[in-house]
Amino acid sequence: MIGIIEYGSGNVSAIMNILKQRKIPHLLSGEPSELEKADRYILPGVGAFDPTMETLERSGLVDLLNEQVLERRKKVLGICVGMHLLAEGSEEGSRPGLGWIKGQVRRIDTSGLNRPPHLPHMGWNALEPAGHGALFDGIDAARGFYFLHSYYFDAADPGQVTARVNYGGAIPCAVENGNVFGMQFHPEKSHSNGMRLLQNFAELD
Amino acid sequence: MLKTRIIPCLDVKDGRVVKGVNFVDLVDAGDPVEAARAYDAAGADELCFLDINATHENRGTMYDLATRTAEQCFMPLTIGGGVRTPEDVRALLLAGADKVSFNSAAVADPDVVARSADRFGSQCIVVAIDARTVSPGKWEIFTHGGRRGTGIDAVEFACTVVAKGAGEILLTSMDRDGTRAGFNLPLTRAVSDAVSVPVIASGGVGNLDHLVEGVTEGGASAVLAASIFHFGDHTIAEAKAHMARAGIPVRQTVPAEGAAPRAPADEAARSIR
Repeated sequence: MIGIIEYGSGNVSAIMNILKQRKIPHLLSGEPSELEKADRYILPGVGAFDPTMETLERSGLVDLLNEQVLERRKKVLGICVGMHLLAEGSEEGSRPGLGWIKGQVRRIDTSGLNRPPHLPHMGWNALEPAGHGALFDGIDAARGFYFLHSYYFDAADPGQVTARVNYGGAIPCAVENGNVFGMQFHPEKSHSNGMRLLQNFAELD
Repeated sequence: MLKTRIIPCLDVKDGRVVKGVNFVDLVDAGDPVEAARAYDAAGADELCFLDINATHENRGTMYDLATRTAEQCFMPLTIGGGVRTPEDVRALLLAGADKVSFNSAAVADPDVVARSADRFGSQCIVVAIDARTVSPGKWEIFTHGGRRGTGIDAVEFACTVVAKGAGEILLTSMDRDGTRAGFNLPLTRAVSDAVSVPVIASGGVGNLDHLVEGVTEGGASAVLAASIFHFGDHTIAEAKAHMARAGIPVRQTVPAEGAAPRAPADEAARSIR
């Protein structure tokens, strides 16, 4: 059972639509007593870092999540800004993140480039898997995923980066630290690749 | 490498597709959700719905449409037409849209773009610009379906709304719209060069070379077309194969070599029947 963390972050319906279609058991809740029943979590997030982190703190769910993820070792998948929250902090704001994966969220730096690409990085881009990610089985990396962001997760340990994307340079776009997973792109908008990836997360032992 | 997006656009009136979509054997060619599903199966990269007679009374129809489409299409959905306030943006995002497009309201008050981007993030705020050539190298914004001139320079306005937080520009040439004579390339190039966000070229596509030119000559990040897809002149797969042959990176939804370009559309047709 996947628990989708409901903390007012906005559009979770796209994620639920895929889980529904794939008949993957899930619940959407902001209640600790409900969420405790789940054996893994999806942490969604849209918008800017500070308001999203603040909303999560106000929801009173941070203690529960720390307990479930750090002590009980339940799996968690952060998507987009939900991934950014896994970091220690972000250039986009001043609040500390959850710190479950060491690293900082940084703005994509295009300043040194001859013809700097547009920001936000918006659209379909191919994935360059590092080869050791647990979630990429059966994924067509060349067909790619849908991206929509200006910031990325700069993991302190490059070994925890499981995929990169080429946008004016190789940018980390998926991270993994034991039971904690993050992805910058939107599996819920990435057609068959996205469905497969969420299915992989649901079936991970 | 970021792929160039191909975006079919559906004009919607009172919850129905104007003129219908006829590239597959749909049970109901006027049902936007059925058309969206067909495009989803055919490999479109995104979808755009424009409510062409948005009124306060029929907003609910669009919300319902967004929700029903998002339940079945796992690709980004942009909705525009009659969007006036951040509240309108919020309602459409909650209903299932991924991006919301401002048009006349942003011309009347560019700050509505800033208020919306601050609240929901630039990534979901699109500004649609309808421009008409007034002299060589000079384009003016027209509103109300291209009938009303504003005296505002299109390139300057694009820079203004991007500074206010627009994350994408949907640029339509009113000179070319419906003509099938190809995009207005100088206009597309001028805006693409002037702003730091993706530009979607729109208006005038009549053949697949036009799609290529929009990118190679116009500098667009995405190309939007309606009739060449709706009426079955070309499939999305044909468009992608043609662009790939011209050296433009696209998201291949069939194996790049050796596959019959018609295949995905046939599959789409089967899945609809």
